Amino acid sequence: MTQTKRASFHKAWLGILRDKHLYLMLVPFLLYYIIFCYKPFGGLVLAFKDYKPLLGIAGSEWVGWENFQTFFTGPYLWRLIRNTLLLNIYNLIFGFPVPIILALLFNEVRNSKLRTLAQTISYMPRFISTVVIAGLVVNFLSPSSGVINTFIKMFGGEPIYFLTRPDFFRPIYVLQGIWAGAGFGSVIYYSSLCSIDTQLYEAVMIDGGGRWKQIWHVALPGLLPTIAIMLIMQIGNLMNVGYEMIILLYQPVTYETADVIGSYVYRLGIEQANYSLSTAVGLFNGVISLVLVTSSNYVSRKIGDVGIF
Amino acid sequence: MKLTRGQRVFTVFNFFILLGVCLITLYPLWYTVIASFSDPLAVSTGRVTVLPIGFELASFKKVFEMDNIWTAYGNTIFYAVVGTFINMVLTILGAYPLSKRRLRGRKLFMLFILITMWFNAGMMPTFLNYQDLHLYDTRAAILLCGAVDTFNVILMRTFFENVPDSMEESAKLDGANDWRILINIYLPLSVPAIATVTMYYFVGRWNSYFWSMLLLKDQNKVPLQVLLKKLIVEVSYTVNEAVDMSASVMTEQTIVYATIVIAVLPMLILYPFLQKFFVKGIMVGAIKG
Repeated sequence: MTQTKRASFHKAWLGILRDKHLYLMLVPFLLYYIIFCYKPFGGLVLAFKDYKPLLGIAGSEWVGWENFQTFFTGPYLWRLIRNTLLLNIYNLIFGFPVPIILALLFNEVRNSKLRTLAQTISYMPRFISTVVIAGLVVNFLSPSSGVINTFIKMFGGEPIYFLTRPDFFRPIYVLQGIWAGAGFGSVIYYSSLCSIDTQLYEAVMIDGGGRWKQIWHVALPGLLPTIAIMLIMQIGNLMNVGYEMIILLYQPVTYETADVIGSYVYRLGIEQANYSLSTAVGLFNGVISLVLVTSSNYVSRKIGDVGIF
Repeated sequence: MKLTRGQRVFTVFNFFILLGVCLITLYPLWYTVIASFSDPLAVSTGRVTVLPIGFELASFKKVFEMDNIWTAYGNTIFYAVVGTFINMVLTILGAYPLSKRRLRGRKLFMLFILITMWFNAGMMPTFLNYQDLHLYDTRAAILLCGAVDTFNVILMRTFFENVPDSMEESAKLDGANDWRILINIYLPLSVPAIATVTMYYFVGRWNSYFWSMLLLKDQNKVPLQVLLKKLIVEVSYTVNEAVDMSASVMTEQTIVYATIVIAVLPMLILYPFLQKFFVKGIMVGAIKG
């Protein structure tokens, strides 16, 4: 027993020696993860302390679950959860199908030059930054000179100051997301459409089926595994919203529908310097996300072999 | 092959939908460009919609005269170029060993980096970590922030895994060590992969604003996106709230659009070249198990 154990240790050691250069390569790489990803985990104790900058993290007083209690009994808990979930659900209902439909449409264009042109144009917003997109949204929706209101006035309507109206925030957020991401999002579906055996299309054609039948009986079923995995991944991210965009578009008057957990963490921590409470809210969100992501990942591994992580 | 009536209808229908998609995608950019050099009064009174009205380069001149925009431009180029270089060195050094099935502890290392995709310490602990490391308000912080992206490591690893083992074995027989093999064999073979991942990092660096905004106080160090936030998002809110339509407020609009044009231009020029690599990356990402 001990002999075999010693032998396997010896073997392992030889393996490590053989690959010493590979381990050496990993050193700076792993150092990055240790210093910038793992070391901050220590800062999570802030959630259980009353942080005073002068005393530092270690010197600040322990308060147990007090920060969590403040958050759970505070006025914003349900508003934040509701807004976070609703923005994601609207995104799922209105945003999720768009890249799938786009990919199907691209796939039906027989002229490859036209198709490439349309694809190239639709991917473009992927290269435009969050700040610029937010700038476009704010300026286009401006009540005095924004082009959207110009069109509304042209058709005899009254100009609307969209960004101060809580009822418009969700549509605005979802629509800008579609504009910015749908085109590029179609790539993954389009590439799985390309891998469908063309004989299947021909078979439907021989049976007298037209283009709609081909889409319905061949293309869509062929996409189903990819759709399932993308859907599961989105569900895993239900508690995460693009707060980097939201903090550019929201205003105190629209917090009612616009404020999400991520933006609240930002406001508490950076703007109000309430480090402890901010950390507690972030930790709460992180734990729920972790559960969602790992379970969705588990499901996607069960369903197919395309799971990305 | 003869097309049936139904098929022809379908083709026409499809064509018009896609035309609509392209127009919707392009219109905001088109409008930005025409508004930037149109007559400021026409823009602020909402008369410009599809075609430019008048021709004035005054807004561009104003933008060119702003010192801080060029400082910010220079900063962005510096952060994007140097930062992407750091990204690539670290990513390759991580992805290469992790692509070797024989590496002992490979699974453990993979788990170690994958965990960071599922759970991170959050905004404040991360922020305090930079302060703790005395990196607050330094350029180094921006370069090191996001110096490795786990998703890109996985992409790169998948590319390396697809290089046949026989290449490595024959080089080993010739007495080459792992560094040699990586630099002389694997890197030349993975040029398309390296280009793809470089593009991902570069575009990400060029467009990011959030952590630069958090970590930099000195306005001489901020990248373009942080300045843009002030120039095109915050200014516009104040314009919206301005009751009196004074001349300065009116020209403000065209200046905002001119600023956007200048900020977006390099990306859009590079775009046709970048686009190909981006698409390739997604495909590889999808194939991996």
